[in-house]
Amino acid sequence: MEREQGQPRLLTGWGRTSPSAATVVTPREPGDVIRAIESAGPRGVLARGLGRSYGDPAQNSGGVVIDMTTMDRIHSIDTAAGTVTADAGVSLDTLMRELLPHGLWLPVLPGTRQVTVGGAIGSDIHGKAHHVEGSFGNHVLSLDLACADGRIRTLTPDGPDADLFWATVGGMGLTGVVLGATLHVNRVETAYFLVDTDQEASLAELMARQAVHDEDYVESAAWLDVVTTGKHLGRGVLTRANHATVADLSGKHADPLKFDAPHLPSVPDVFPPGMLNRVTARAFSEVWYRKSPTRHGVVQNITQFLHPLDVAANWNRVYGPRGFLQYQFVVPFGAEDAVREAVHLIAGSGHVSGLNVLKRFGAGNRAPLSFPTPGWTLCVDFPVRSGLNELCDRLDAVVLAAGGRLYLAKESRTTADTLQRMYPRIDEWRKIRAATDPTGIFSSDLSRRLAL
Amino acid sequence: MIDAVGNPQSLLLLGGTSEIGLAVAETFARSRPLRVILAGRPGERLDAAAQRLRAGGSTVSLLPFDARVPATHTEVVEKAFADGDMDVTLVAFGVLGDQEAAWTDMATAVEQVEVNYVGAVTVGVALAERLRRQGHGALVALSSVAGERARRSNFVYGSTKAGLDAFYTGLTEALRPDGVTVTVVRPGFVHTRMTEGMRAAPLSQTPEQVADVVVRAVRTRQEQAWAPGPMRWVMSVLRHLPRPVFRKLPV
Repeated sequence: MEREQGQPRLLTGWGRTSPSAATVVTPREPGDVIRAIESAGPRGVLARGLGRSYGDPAQNSGGVVIDMTTMDRIHSIDTAAGTVTADAGVSLDTLMRELLPHGLWLPVLPGTRQVTVGGAIGSDIHGKAHHVEGSFGNHVLSLDLACADGRIRTLTPDGPDADLFWATVGGMGLTGVVLGATLHVNRVETAYFLVDTDQEASLAELMARQAVHDEDYVESAAWLDVVTTGKHLGRGVLTRANHATVADLSGKHADPLKFDAPHLPSVPDVFPPGMLNRVTARAFSEVWYRKSPTRHGVVQNITQFLHPLDVAANWNRVYGPRGFLQYQFVVPFGAEDAVREAVHLIAGSGHVSGLNVLKRFGAGNRAPLSFPTPGWTLCVDFPVRSGLNELCDRLDAVVLAAGGRLYLAKESRTTADTLQRMYPRIDEWRKIRAATDPTGIFSSDLSRRLAL
Repeated sequence: MIDAVGNPQSLLLLGGTSEIGLAVAETFARSRPLRVILAGRPGERLDAAAQRLRAGGSTVSLLPFDARVPATHTEVVEKAFADGDMDVTLVAFGVLGDQEAAWTDMATAVEQVEVNYVGAVTVGVALAERLRRQGHGALVALSSVAGERARRSNFVYGSTKAGLDAFYTGLTEALRPDGVTVTVVRPGFVHTRMTEGMRAAPLSQTPEQVADVVVRAVRTRQEQAWAPGPMRWVMSVLRHLPRPVFRKLPV
């Protein structure tokens, strides 16, 4: 392993805001991770995966960052039991490719496959299947955690160290370094989806449509328009799907379990600031809305249905050099007004967001810092420009008043006080963290910024 | 940490009574109150500055600092960073004084050079070391258009700012790999205590206007800025004027 060698590296999150420098080390085996922890300086250490968090959770300015993507072996796949054991640095993309020929499927997939198992646990990620499958942590049967004392602990959801297990799920890498995990996976007949699309002309109609029959589908999410004002404000396209069976494909696809996820070349880093403005965002929203009329029972592949963004690598470059931020919140059922108010605030703000997702979460899990709770989650993304701070602060107030919260994997600008109020169990998490890492060896720019 | 939309959580003002520096702290605080350390000579003026920022909701502490005693600068910087990261550091101290005395009286010349140039460099060295360890942060140095082309009326001041400007411009490159953005800001004439009673030059600015330029530069990680912005093109022309022409200008 190379340590303390060469220049520090500048790291950012996927949103390309707030760069900071850290010494990046690349471990080959668990012993390398332990050595990095044991030789931690005053700025501590932090594991990093594929850097898809939008803000600063995978940065550790002035300290050591362990690039876990070099630990990327899949150790075993148990088809009978429906489990897979893999290193933390394995991407969900790789995992899907390896699982599909066995007829196995990851129950929780976020909007991109380019995240690692370790990151998926640390952020307790969710996907379109949350209302049925819950979040990633619900499917972790055990995990190996390299702790601050230099020991490796195997944690299970109901074992003697269950507290530490659930503090690690959604714990943003601040309880230790996840080395690997055993995950529960689902069985599928094909790699395709049978998709029902509903085009709805207003936010009220969209939410009404989404509120019924969601449980009949394993995957469900809506795209909505937050740029077009007037009576069509919040119009959108609800797509819901179940895994297609071999019978559904009716012989059109020779290999039903083929990893069918076409992609384009990488986006070049040539976009000036201001590419995404009111004009382009309106045009984009119009096209996005029109291209998806109501149709039921359509077979779609992985890219079409699950991961439209993975079609082009480095799509974050479109937002220009100042970067962008994602704002994702959840408010409980019954607080539908908060969603409406947020959409109105955004549409009236002059800030534009093209890729907006509205989804209903199912039950949450036991992790104190896990984001999903039953309710509506809305995700928007804005290119950073003047005045965005004020809009986000206003949205924070709406979310707080509704008893909602922000997603740490996307957070990049709120205050420590606001976050503390959004996560009422944060002190319980802090106690577990203090017990396992009393001197705060594991730290990140996120943990410094929000005084986690 | 400076967040995604450019809000810092802490600010160190070297030259704790600088009107531009205090306006910068106030401008940041309007978006988000922050922790401010005012480093300067203890006294009524420093206390008043602290009161002014506290009224805006910021948490303020004071740190004794004398630009003319370089031997203490490492210790001052260490103390400033003792309670946590410093997201923004503003090098905002300087003297203008009697510019005729400055080139005719040795003691006055030495004072100007020691404060404006030597002091700026020594705190710069101490800050660079500390900021490299931190791995992030913004360091802003207040230069002056007077350093861009020497004028008969203030060339000693101009020479100190030219030195400061070159040092911090180079430091910008040196600290880039460490995640630290160094910004050199070059205001034109600013209405402050320093310029009280002087005839205002064209494109003159208030401290608040300069503060807006500084804050925007920090938020967008700009490495150099002029206040006002168009001063950049004015100075670009002035720098290239032949001496016989420049000499006759009323600047």
